[in-house]
Amino acid sequence: MADRIADPWGERTPFGREEEWPVRVDQFLEDGVSEDEVDDWIQTASILHSNGDALDIAVKNGRIVGVRGRAVDRVNRGRVDPKDLYGWQANNSEDRLTKPLVRKNGDLVEASWDEAFDLIVEKSKKLLEEKGPLAFGFYTTGQLFIEEYYTLGVIGKAGLGTPHMDGNTRLCTATAAAALKESFGTDGQPGSYADINHADAIMHFGHNIAETSVVTWMRVLDRLEGPEPPRLIVVDPRPTPAAKRADVHLAVKPGTNMALLNAFLHEIIENGQYDEEYIESHTLGFDELKEKVAGCTPEWAAGICDVEAEDIREAARILGTTERLVTTALEGVYQSHQATASACQINNIHLVRGLIGRPGCGILQMNGQPTAQNTRECGANGDLPAFRNWDNKEHIQQLADLWNVERVKIPHWAPPTHAMQIWRYAEQGSVNFLWIQCTNPAVSLPELHRIRSILQKENLFVIVQDIFLTETAQLADVVLPAATWGEKTGTYTNADRTVHLSESGVEAPGEAKHDLDIFLEYASRMDFRDKSGEPLIKWEHPEEAFEAWKECTRGRPCDYTGITYDKLRGGSGIQWPCNEEHPDGKERLYTDDVFNTQTENCETFGHDLLTGAMNDEKDHRAIAPNGRAFLKASEYLPAREVPGEEYPFRYTTGRTIYHFHTRTKTARAPQLNDAAPDAWVELHPSDAESLGVKEGDTVRVESPRGGMEAKARISGIREGVVFAPFHYGYFDQGEAGGDSPNGRAKPRAANELTITQWDPVSKQPVFKVAAARVVKVADNTDGTPAPAPTTTASAPVGEAGGRIPATAGGRKAEAKETLGEEA
Amino acid sequence: MTHLANYLQYLAKAEANLAEGFRKIGEAHADEVDIYHTSDTLAEQCEAHVEKLRPFCEEYGEEGTAEPDRLYHELFTETRQGGLGLLRDMQDLYLMASACDISWTMIGQAAQGLPDMELLEVVNLCEAQTATQLKWLKTRMKQAAPQALLVAS
Repeated sequence: MADRIADPWGERTPFGREEEWPVRVDQFLEDGVSEDEVDDWIQTASILHSNGDALDIAVKNGRIVGVRGRAVDRVNRGRVDPKDLYGWQANNSEDRLTKPLVRKNGDLVEASWDEAFDLIVEKSKKLLEEKGPLAFGFYTTGQLFIEEYYTLGVIGKAGLGTPHMDGNTRLCTATAAAALKESFGTDGQPGSYADINHADAIMHFGHNIAETSVVTWMRVLDRLEGPEPPRLIVVDPRPTPAAKRADVHLAVKPGTNMALLNAFLHEIIENGQYDEEYIESHTLGFDELKEKVAGCTPEWAAGICDVEAEDIREAARILGTTERLVTTALEGVYQSHQATASACQINNIHLVRGLIGRPGCGILQMNGQPTAQNTRECGANGDLPAFRNWDNKEHIQQLADLWNVERVKIPHWAPPTHAMQIWRYAEQGSVNFLWIQCTNPAVSLPELHRIRSILQKENLFVIVQDIFLTETAQLADVVLPAATWGEKTGTYTNADRTVHLSESGVEAPGEAKHDLDIFLEYASRMDFRDKSGEPLIKWEHPEEAFEAWKECTRGRPCDYTGITYDKLRGGSGIQWPCNEEHPDGKERLYTDDVFNTQTENCETFGHDLLTGAMNDEKDHRAIAPNGRAFLKASEYLPAREVPGEEYPFRYTTGRTIYHFHTRTKTARAPQLNDAAPDAWVELHPSDAESLGVKEGDTVRVESPRGGMEAKARISGIREGVVFAPFHYGYFDQGEAGGDSPNGRAKPRAANELTITQWDPVSKQPVFKVAAARVVKVADNTDGTPAPAPTTTASAPVGEAGGRIPATAGGRKAEAKETLGEEA
Repeated sequence: MTHLANYLQYLAKAEANLAEGFRKIGEAHADEVDIYHTSDTLAEQCEAHVEKLRPFCEEYGEEGTAEPDRLYHELFTETRQGGLGLLRDMQDLYLMASACDISWTMIGQAAQGLPDMELLEVVNLCEAQTATQLKWLKTRMKQAAPQALLVAS
């Protein structure tokens, strides 16, 4: 038996280059339930991260009692992330929402679905008449299914006609999408997880892969422990588990990624390690790139990033000489300064070396949430369905024809409004209706006091659709109880384009409704019609919605037309594009070195990376990219908010392996919650010493915007940087906390002090770079250490650190791992 | 002394005023954080343009001009408030940046006629940046216009 809290990555199954990754099936069942007592195994995939691990839910007496990995699946080959092993227990939680709630005389009280819908529809109709569609905003998630997003997209765009639709994917994955569009013409992950099987070198840039893409890290670990292991480069200010295994670990100062990347490109170009023929035939912009990085020597970057020039040179040597390179990037790039520009520069490393579209040459611009890819694809966020270009009239006409509405009905006079702007319009009072689904902005957005005050505005009608009474739901006018994973059917796509089916195996509690049914009911009560007078939404069930979605993708890069529910049943997930040409899907994109940059095909005409200024069709035609990729170059610029006398630390936020998002589910799984039960703050030993702070002392971290308090963990983080996990809010702390009027709990959300600022192109907020000060609040009188895991990047250091008991789950976390043939 | 001197002075003044305009808008609409940050970046860019022009202004001689100031004072008596105010302020900046843009074109023509390759190099760099400034203003105004004109209170 394996305690997968103590050892999150489980037993190694080493393998060599070009070999198939061995199977290892992970399983966890409720105490007292044995395998042969399980009534039913229901096929699904993970809903607690973007890796897309395929699993089966164990059902007994109509209840979920456990999970096991699917050996047949290409993504995980049977393995399960600890979050999924234990996280399903949240489904069975006593405090699930089971009835709609409406606010009456200041309090949320139980109501019938009829009452709740009457209120929503009455409000909608009145507002539509008085102010029109621009008063409506939708803030969705990265956790719904394709069928739901697509339905929501059609309702918003062709029913109401509002451009104000975005998701919390803006916080997690917007930069990945933006950089892919800028470099290659459309969104779409170029590489595949299988590229790790073939790689000679791997770089994890701002990607704490061991904690966020846990099963893919198992794949990397198994390569590292097999014959001919790849060289490993890790860029991260914290000593993450991946950094500890790296050949080169560059612990850069937060906010300086661009300088490091420019030095990499400088070295590759200076040493003549680029592929001249590839650049000439398949890219645009090399001369400008060369000019921009001309002065960016390792010594220059070392001064900015505060790392050794020799280490930069060594990393660049690996990048410049390997023939098979996999690069992954995540929030350390996307939520940092110069986000899109940096992510484009990562694409450039592969492009100038011609390392793309072949086995082992994978770019993996990762996602945060399980279905973030679908928020991007389906038009429920700041993009149009199936990677269509809002500025291309022909693309809008295709949607108008598909939905049988006039083209003018679909807002396309400007890009769809990004989340931070929607919140701003709500703050200013021009958006008066905000429907939030399955996300918790009262904990996850920057500068929380501002978000709480917007949610409480008199002239803003807030609907929250969720499975628990989150911090956000507590501030809503109407709360709609939703069904979740395991209780409803649908599909979703992971970060390497693998589409999975998730089947329904148990009933939702009480009167909780499927998200799709909530949207369909709204559409029907609003009586949205097409131009022939027929109902706008022509489907009633998930599979019908999926079929409609497939039509929307026909001929687009994310072509789903070859996928059916039946085809997804039983076997492995399938990578899009899947169509007549690729009936079993396609492992990697751009195998013919033709990119999606044709003016008629592309999803964007491109942006200036410094300002976000948009090119128009004329500009794009003048460049005539015709399938060549863009090498977009940028100079390094210092971050907007840098440490000074008053706020001397660089403040950065992040994740731990044991929690997902704002702990809505993971806090309700005892094994996960006990592993990381409360917030903490990480400090470097020398910073701690100068502050007079010891392990477990309570500190307050403050920025000009607010503060949070937690116990200090003295860790191996780089000097001058202070880290806090963003997962912790107030729902399990009694009354709503922070500086809310009734706040009794101490402020512990990392976003109390983050900055309201976003990348000019991707509009992704900057969570990784802010200036802060740290003050000691209380001594550690009872000797308890910080509640931070010891197994991960938050591991303690020093003599005192050695005495801290290791994080473990004990008997209640015992899981089964079955290797290879036995599985 | 040629009339080029006059145009160089005009442009240097216009760029300095544009920098001032960006800063004023950034501060006046600081709650629009993207405008606050980008305006600041672009103000620095305009100030760099002034510095790049300085040696040429000296080389080609001084000849004062008040024209850009007229434009500036007319447009920037005071910044406005709210969504509509932002739109009007950005539109004023657009006019000022347009004046810079066409001046760079004129000076580029003269630089080719001379020819003065160093001046031409400066023109090429700065003209492209000014064009992007205009593009940014247009991008942001297009985004803001429907909300400001149709639903803002």
